[in-house]
Amino acid sequence: MESDGTPLRPGRPKPWNDPRVRAVVFQIIAALTVAWVGWTLFQNTISNMESRGISTGFGFLNSTAGFGIIMSLIEYDETMTYGRTFLVGLANTVLVSGLGILLATVVGFVMGVARLSSNWLVRKVALAYIEIFRNIPLLLQIFFWYFAVLGTLPGPRQAVNVGDVAFLSNRGIVLPKPIFEPGAWLIGAGLAAGLVVTFFMARWARRRQAATGEIFPVLPIGTVLILGLPLLGYLIQGGPVSWDIPALGGFNFRGGITAIPELGALLLALTLYTASFIAEIVRSGIESVSKGQTEAALALGLPPRRVLRLIIIPQAMRVIIPPLTSQYLNLTKNSSLAVAIGYPDLVNVFMGTTLNQTGQAVEIVAMTMAVYLSISLFISLLMNLYNRAVALKER
Amino acid sequence: MKKTIMTVGLATAGLVALGGQAQAATLDDVRDAGQLRCGVSTGLPGFSQPDSDGNWTGIDVDTCRAVAAAVLGDAEAVEFVPLTAAERFTALQSGEIDMLSRNTTWTTTRDASLGLNFTGTNYYDGQGFLIDEALGIDSAEQLDGAAVCVQAGTTTELNLADYFRANDMEFEAVVVDSSEASAQAFDNNRCDVLTSDTSQLAALRTQLSDPDGAVILPEVISKEPLGPVVRQGDDEWFNVVKWVLFGQINAEEYGISSANVDEMLESDNPNVARILGTEGNMGEILGLDDDFMVDVLTQIGNYGEMFERNVGPNTPIGLSRGVNELWTEGGILYAPPFR
Ligand SMILES: N[C@@H](CCC(=O)N[C@@H](CS)C(=O)NCC(=O)O)C(=O)O
Repeated sequence: MESDGTPLRPGRPKPWNDPRVRAVVFQIIAALTVAWVGWTLFQNTISNMESRGISTGFGFLNSTAGFGIIMSLIEYDETMTYGRTFLVGLANTVLVSGLGILLATVVGFVMGVARLSSNWLVRKVALAYIEIFRNIPLLLQIFFWYFAVLGTLPGPRQAVNVGDVAFLSNRGIVLPKPIFEPGAWLIGAGLAAGLVVTFFMARWARRRQAATGEIFPVLPIGTVLILGLPLLGYLIQGGPVSWDIPALGGFNFRGGITAIPELGALLLALTLYTASFIAEIVRSGIESVSKGQTEAALALGLPPRRVLRLIIIPQAMRVIIPPLTSQYLNLTKNSSLAVAIGYPDLVNVFMGTTLNQTGQAVEIVAMTMAVYLSISLFISLLMNLYNRAVALKER
Repeated sequence: MKKTIMTVGLATAGLVALGGQAQAATLDDVRDAGQLRCGVSTGLPGFSQPDSDGNWTGIDVDTCRAVAAAVLGDAEAVEFVPLTAAERFTALQSGEIDMLSRNTTWTTTRDASLGLNFTGTNYYDGQGFLIDEALGIDSAEQLDGAAVCVQAGTTTELNLADYFRANDMEFEAVVVDSSEASAQAFDNNRCDVLTSDTSQLAALRTQLSDPDGAVILPEVISKEPLGPVVRQGDDEWFNVVKWVLFGQINAEEYGISSANVDEMLESDNPNVARILGTEGNMGEILGLDDDFMVDVLTQIGNYGEMFERNVGPNTPIGLSRGVNELWTEGGILYAPPFR
């Protein structure tokens, strides 16, 4: 080919030949098509249902529910609306998933580290735990805790009495309920102050250690602050808290707060099941950090505990976070197995009873799916942010 | 992101499944299929229960079979679809079953907003309470503070809340999803009281580990007319299901039973003749054969036979006719005339 000396520089192609423009156009077309198909299907469904005399729309959310729910974190009674039952179910789902994620993470990390312990017994116990809980279907585990363990506790009249203030029976655990009087705000303020100060103190200590190598005892001082400041608030206000102590009356305990056995069984099962997977994730994360790192750290004179905390875990986190996120999502979705034992989560209260009393399947199923989707996306978002923070920074 | 789209896709698929069904002529569909798909309970003695070989019995089951006999000439041509209380209406709306016969209470909401029609009442019931005898309670008004086992998605759940509120009492609702689960929860002492329709309390009691240790309280706190249900908007099918049951009740009133159908075919009582199709064209105008009631009566029998066989005094359920007696016998069963 002939060259006249000027370098060959392709001119800007016509828009319909430009791959970038084409990609964008095709994506827009695809998105519009999907939206159009979705909208048509939805419209079609609604008009079909109307022509068959099935009520549609979200008006039902304002009608009176008229049924009782055994446990609610927010105020609820049967004179409230279906909209309220949605919130009651949602709060119960968030509660069991949130607690489950917290506990499963703790148990999972402990077991994952134990699995690699140099102590034979510890290692084998962790191995046995993982193999047992990972390999039994979750539903079976829920039934096990509910029927075989909590179900065999004595009835309320023969309840296990803990110091005359708390009672354990097959109706759950009843604990004294704190009643906050007007001055109690100072306790909350103390707690908040304790947390904030500790947070900034930890940051400052980390920076100082990086700069000077000096170690600051964050843990003991933080603990004192977080516990001490609320206590100070309590004392200043002259004890603005009284206790509603449960007592046996009629059929059951009255007063106090009750943690129902359905919650206990579901939480135990979700925690132990998910933790067994997390343990494996943690183990593989730790094993992915090259041995040389440990050896180098030990050679520098770091004690083994610090090696784990400062060298290995931070590097392992990069491998751990993505699969850990899926476990959190699994746990949240698995919490809908609540319906099997009657824990009043969203699926049970809303997609079960509310759906059946109103018959508005399409709206209710759509709302329920939207909730699970949002919770899942929210967890993914948080974990992605965290992942970005711990990801390997190329320097 | 892929996941998001998948989820949305699945959601829409679900909507279409429900919405895409054309307004069907159920009678033709049943004839084409050669089989009636009938929704029943997951197991409730006397009403609808399968034995170990999968043979269903019960008054609700016979109600289905009677329709199959009328339409297909064969009471055995039924596919029973077991449904929990919470599943039943969606199953009917979506066309998974042709009719529902599952101790279902006729209420305004269900009749008017679910796109369904109740065709009649095959058992007049009311809600009651079952309690451990040892607690020494003899009236429902002493139940303040009790934990009550109740099945999800039922009118029972609503009446329970109404009753306790009206009497200014508190309760804790232990909600389960099948009657087997409520019996189990009651047995395990998870609840102090079990509530359901009284006919079902009698049946549930037989499933407890110690049936004699439980008593049924005297109060009946609601009206529960139980009957078959069909989809709204298919009047031909609605009429068929409605008139098969009316036919069985009328047959009892005029003394026609499975034992004497053949003799009755000779009867010159015009009421009897119209029921059996030897006079008039009742079957034809319903879209059936004129002698459709002959098939129903020979294979299933009249209402009284259906009652005695499944829930009557000589069965383990042991219910007396009570209000379910014919109007001529002091009850409230009253079917419009065949003419
Ligand atoms: N008649 C009421 C209650 C019906 C109902 O589901 N009763 C329970 C009694 S505990 C039942 O039949 N369970 C049988 C099953 O779970 O399939 C209604 O229509 O809502």
